[in-house]
Amino acid sequence: MADVNAKSVLTAPIFKNNPIALQILGICSALAVTTSMSVSLVMTLAVIFVTAFSNLFVSLIRNHIPSSIRIIVQMTIIASLVIVVDQILKAYAYEMSKQLSVFVGLIITNCIVMGRAEGFAMTNSPGMSFLDGIGNGLGYGFVLMVVGFFRELLGAGSVFGFTVLPTVQNGGWYVPNGLLLLPPSAFFIIGLLIWAIRSFNPEQVEDNEFKMKHNTKPKEAV
Amino acid sequence: MAQGNNSIKKVLIVAFSLCIVCSVIVSTAAVALRPAQQLNQELDRKTNILNVARLYEPGMDVEEAFREQITARVVELETGEYADQFDPDTFDGFEAARDPATGRTLSGDRDIAGLSRVENFATVYLIGDPDSPEQIVLPIRGQGLWGRMMGFLAVEGDGNTVVSITYYDHAETPGLGGEVNNPRWQAQWEGKEIYDEEGNLSPALHLTKGGASNEHEVDALSGATLTSNGVTNMIHFWFSEEAFGPYLAKFRSGTEPEDAEDNDTDFDDVEGA
Repeated sequence: MADVNAKSVLTAPIFKNNPIALQILGICSALAVTTSMSVSLVMTLAVIFVTAFSNLFVSLIRNHIPSSIRIIVQMTIIASLVIVVDQILKAYAYEMSKQLSVFVGLIITNCIVMGRAEGFAMTNSPGMSFLDGIGNGLGYGFVLMVVGFFRELLGAGSVFGFTVLPTVQNGGWYVPNGLLLLPPSAFFIIGLLIWAIRSFNPEQVEDNEFKMKHNTKPKEAV
Repeated sequence: MAQGNNSIKKVLIVAFSLCIVCSVIVSTAAVALRPAQQLNQELDRKTNILNVARLYEPGMDVEEAFREQITARVVELETGEYADQFDPDTFDGFEAARDPATGRTLSGDRDIAGLSRVENFATVYLIGDPDSPEQIVLPIRGQGLWGRMMGFLAVEGDGNTVVSITYYDHAETPGLGGEVNNPRWQAQWEGKEIYDEEGNLSPALHLTKGGASNEHEVDALSGATLTSNGVTNMIHFWFSEEAFGPYLAKFRSGTEPEDAEDNDTDFDDVEGA
């Protein structure tokens, strides 16, 4: 990454180099926390905070990190930040932290945070790394919000907790799709989203790593 | 990266100072925020108690409503009498279950709610006049599908008729088992009866598929058979003679639990038929 400028570092990860859609990182938490939009939003903010500051701190001490223990140094910084976020949520957003439960702690294992610390912050200045963290957090958040929107709308008939499609359980007409409340549905939505993004940006389509051959003819098999 | 970074000395210095800095940050955050967190938990518990007793309105002063309308007492489960050696404000049933002095191990088929240990004493919340309460809020817990479910069940002063049920801590699937906290589902519990007319201590109330047909049945949660079984087991455990059975029996028969001051009980001497 020779040519780094603030704007591209901040905005590129949202569409052009989206951590979920292009780098295919952080899928696991995207499956878990997207059942409702408000939860997705808090998760997004938490991840932006953690990625930005872990990038900043890793970058600040990057010239002093011995390469033999660099991964564990990054992990320690990330883990400390995640615990702080968890404590803050418990103190000031108790309801939210109950809904997010274990997934706040699992930000530690979110590949995006680690990937950016190792891939960007280790070789770039603190300011750029901080922006890169925010940018990647936003990219992650963008996917989360889109997935959360469809899952909450079709699975529970609401958006941000406000009823849009009154469900049968509450005396309305909409029969909610239970599948969308379960984690596998996020796979479908993320898959469709990747398809959509790559249709607009064909340069993101990867080359085939190998070419499929035609079926083997019977006489070749023996 | 400087060449000297990989010397053993440098590795140790970096690792050590990083650990010091991070642990200071983490412990500062934990200590500084603990009061706010405890306040939240306490408020959440009180809100749930008010909620299950149908006294909660959004925006109300929870602390004040709790102080005015609710009296907490600790009950000895085996006898059903009040135990005044514990302070109801600080007594924690879950902690008590783990302490050999105040808890016991449940084995095999007696452990229907999947608790493994249960306390001998429990906190109950009396709504209205503590001597003849309008409602009694009882803590319940047990295994659901994904983990332990903690909740409250409120019964009327007759010790039999359900007011409502709520879960304040559970890990059930949102939209399926998580519907235990759907107000429409909770509303069905109102007026249901825990015990049948035979007057014994085994609860008759349970969840059922395909529509509740009498006062001992509540509709099961659709798509959440295992959560529904968990709720039924929890009711069966906590209202049996192992737990709140003896205590509630006193309300049903009209004899007040002892240590509650004597007063004019207007109940007729109702014996179980």
